[in-house]
Amino acid sequence: MAQTGRVAKTAAPSARPNADVRPLMGNEALARGAWEAGVRVAAAYPGTPSTEILEALSGYPEEDVYAQWSTNEKVSLDVAMGASFEGVRALSVMKHVGLNVAADALMSMTYIGVNGGLVIIVCDDPGIHSSQNEQDTRALARFAMVPVLEPSDAQEAPAFMRHAYEISETFDTPVIVRSTTRLSHTRSPVVLGERIEVARREFDDNPVKNVMIPSHARLRHPVLLEREAKLGKYFETSALTELEMLGRAAGVITTSISHGYVKEVLGDASVLKLAGSYPLPERKIRDFAASVERLFVVEELEPVIEDQIRAWGIKVDGKEFFPRDGEFSPEVVRAGFVKAGALPDMGIGDDVFHIEPTPRPPVLCPGCPHTSAYMVLRQAEARVAGDIGCYTLAAIEPLRAIDTCVSMGSSIANATGMAKTRGMTKTGVEQRPVVATIGDSTFLHSGLPPLIDAVYNNADITVMLLDNHIVAMTGGQDHPGTGKTLRGEQTHRVDYESVCRSVGVKWVRTVDSYDLAAMHKALREAIDFKGVAVIISDRECVIDPVKVKGIAMEVRAESCTACQSCMNVGCPSISWSDEWFDGRHKVKIDPNTCIGCTFCAQVCPSDSIQPGTGL
Amino acid sequence: MIIVGVGGQGVIMVSKVLATICQMQGHQVKQSEVHGMAKRGGGVFSHVRFGEKVWSPTIPKGGADVLLALEWAEAMRWINHLRPGKGIFISDTQHIMPPFACRSRQRNADAAYTRETPHEILEQIQDGYAMDATTMARDLGNERAANTMLLGVLSTALDFPAEDWRDVISRFVPPKTVDINIKAFDHGREWAELVHENPDHAAEQLRRPEIAPALLSEAGEHDGDFVQLDINVDWCKSCDICVKMCPERCLKLDDQLKAVLHKPELCTGCRICEWLCPDLAITVHRDPANVKASA
Ligand SMILES: Cc1ncc(C[n+]2csc(CCOP(=O)(O)OP(=O)(O)O)c2C)c(N)n1
Ligand code: SF4
Ligand code: SF4
Repeated sequence: MAQTGRVAKTAAPSARPNADVRPLMGNEALARGAWEAGVRVAAAYPGTPSTEILEALSGYPEEDVYAQWSTNEKVSLDVAMGASFEGVRALSVMKHVGLNVAADALMSMTYIGVNGGLVIIVCDDPGIHSSQNEQDTRALARFAMVPVLEPSDAQEAPAFMRHAYEISETFDTPVIVRSTTRLSHTRSPVVLGERIEVARREFDDNPVKNVMIPSHARLRHPVLLEREAKLGKYFETSALTELEMLGRAAGVITTSISHGYVKEVLGDASVLKLAGSYPLPERKIRDFAASVERLFVVEELEPVIEDQIRAWGIKVDGKEFFPRDGEFSPEVVRAGFVKAGALPDMGIGDDVFHIEPTPRPPVLCPGCPHTSAYMVLRQAEARVAGDIGCYTLAAIEPLRAIDTCVSMGSSIANATGMAKTRGMTKTGVEQRPVVATIGDSTFLHSGLPPLIDAVYNNADITVMLLDNHIVAMTGGQDHPGTGKTLRGEQTHRVDYESVCRSVGVKWVRTVDSYDLAAMHKALREAIDFKGVAVIISDRECVIDPVKVKGIAMEVRAESCTACQSCMNVGCPSISWSDEWFDGRHKVKIDPNTCIGCTFCAQVCPSDSIQPGTGL
Repeated sequence: MIIVGVGGQGVIMVSKVLATICQMQGHQVKQSEVHGMAKRGGGVFSHVRFGEKVWSPTIPKGGADVLLALEWAEAMRWINHLRPGKGIFISDTQHIMPPFACRSRQRNADAAYTRETPHEILEQIQDGYAMDATTMARDLGNERAANTMLLGVLSTALDFPAEDWRDVISRFVPPKTVDINIKAFDHGREWAELVHENPDHAAEQLRRPEIAPALLSEAGEHDGDFVQLDINVDWCKSCDICVKMCPERCLKLDDQLKAVLHKPELCTGCRICEWLCPDLAITVHRDPANVKASA
């Protein structure tokens, strides 16, 4: 297997060529499974914890699979659908909230069905490690009547992918394969299989099926209901439905990563491990329920399986004992069984050590170009509608200059709404200027329609487009504003100034993010401008695609007055030193991590921060 | 085994080495990491489980046989995951101060960093090692090799051939740093063996001060906590310099465009505005006696 391009970032370097067992991360195993299943076209928008799937897939030969970053999840699903229409196996990948963006397309595609197999990998984030919520994709899948498969670890992932494509083509349906953060980011040995080459199917020239107008859609809905019943039957005997009969006292129905926790803490229970949470094999579940004294459902997040079983009139225990929020772990599952009386209460051992943990929240990197925008915004006392990306970290001290953050692309329209309340004398006037801040990738994802809306409706807002030339939050992916594709080829690079001008923005200025004074000046002028003004804060991320390292700054302790001005930058390279002035700590700069952006020097009132001589 | 540290220290590399070496000995391995925020200075941790059949990828509290920490405060965060009485504790004693630790504007403020010292902790653990691996690795030529030095210590506790360790490490570290990492690994092994023979060796080698003393001492001589600002409105020409430069952002221009102290509770009396005002319009009083005099 030729591994080329950017996969080098994620592939295990230990991998010996031709070895058939390899330690793979869940995401790498899902990509492997897609490749083995003969996928031809794959598209995704990055999002933790799903990002590595397409990065890994782009490491497989170009002759086998075309892979692309799309501007957003809906686009990625639409691209995959296009390929499916043309009769090849296609893949779209996203994180859970991405499916909200793609949901419109999905709701129609479920009516249409597929030609070439179509699989959507959706990665949920129970415990909210890196997201804005912990919604459960299984509930959305059931709503869309799309079957959902849930592998329980990396080893199973390739087989689940192969089954997903077979199900998709046999039952004429898109299929969701659902992962979670824990599965996506757990590495375990995976047996590698061969790729199967699947012949392209002819385009199905059938408007009644492929063109969703009311008269056609009415015909398709009953087909969906039939499909649901057939799939339920199929899962009765599918190899992915695994029954393990042990004791009769307790029987547990479970899927995905929860299966591992159940096996870990209740090893002697009988377990019915489902392929996924929808559609369910009713016969199998009824028989299982009848064969055990007490039936449990153990599922992370929503009671998707439990509700369906209960609707059949079967007595079952679930969410009274296992929480609906947060991530499961062996402890959580054990506590649930203890509460239910299925396990003895051994008491939780007291902590041996009583130690107050040191808070260590994530922060912007040393020299992060986003810093200056928020420093000047805080000064301007603006009302700031934020968005999603690294820059959301500016919502906490010391920058604390973001007032709201909803979902990707919300900032600009939120700002329009805020600005429209200005001047409403009847409701009492709020005067603070309104500013939206939005990252480059987020702007291209979903910031353009609200910008056009703001111009169209003549909103008096300032938009700060934080162009760091990368999707930084998710680990440094390319996008249409970087001029490079997923496989690293050169392509057109979006020119934000002309985009803004062409939709009617009259005030646009590009400013070097590292020039605090210029940022101040631009913001003042933009706020004074009546109408939509756009400031493009322009500097590359210091981590990706290349690690920036300039001349580290040094503190001249003799003139430092310990005023703590530089501490307002929030730079992790700056900390207190052992010297004091007037009862407070002077500061020092770690030369290894300082990248020399000069923000701290620009704010130091006593000019005590100067380029170092050390490195 | 749980491996913890701060973003950028190599937690993931270390756990890949461990997962691979366990696999080489014929075990089933699951290694679970959460690294969404790793790059941005947050804590990073990774669970590595091995055995004949591994179900859960994560390790419950009190269930870890090994805790390998690349940073001291992270070691303290995770220490209760160690199997009480039995688990092996290995930690670098270096401190990576989060920026939040240095946020207080109070005079004589301490850094918000864990207070526990290696000596206190080691006294309560049977099989514990705390070493200043970062400094030792720097002495060897590259402080980034601290993580392989800690692996060297761990290698003396696990029954895997040393050659396998070296082999796996050379595959996972950046090619240019193989030599220094192998050197660090061997150094860690030797150090651990010396400690096994003579537990005092560890104590001698704990070079790093327990917690930088100045951050804890009452070192700051100062004028007391009294603060009052006098702003001479007639001299103020609305230049905005004090407003921009005040570290606590407690000044602003009022309707008449004159500087005012609008958040007096935040003012620390640092005198920056007094020093920078081009028109000498601001006086910062730190002694109540002076206020009366000028009033
Ligand atoms: C609908 C949706 N898709 C994906 C994500 C994951 N995600 C969070 S931030 C981000 C990208 C931010 O990129 P950019 O706007 O360029 O800001 P940067 O991180 O580079 O500062 C992504 C993809 C999400 N939160 N929501
Ligand atoms: S990764 Fe880049 S954009 Fe994100 S905080 Fe670091 S420097 Fe800023
Ligand atoms: S120059 Fe100052 S603000 Fe910039 S990275 Fe270095 S210490 Fe941090």
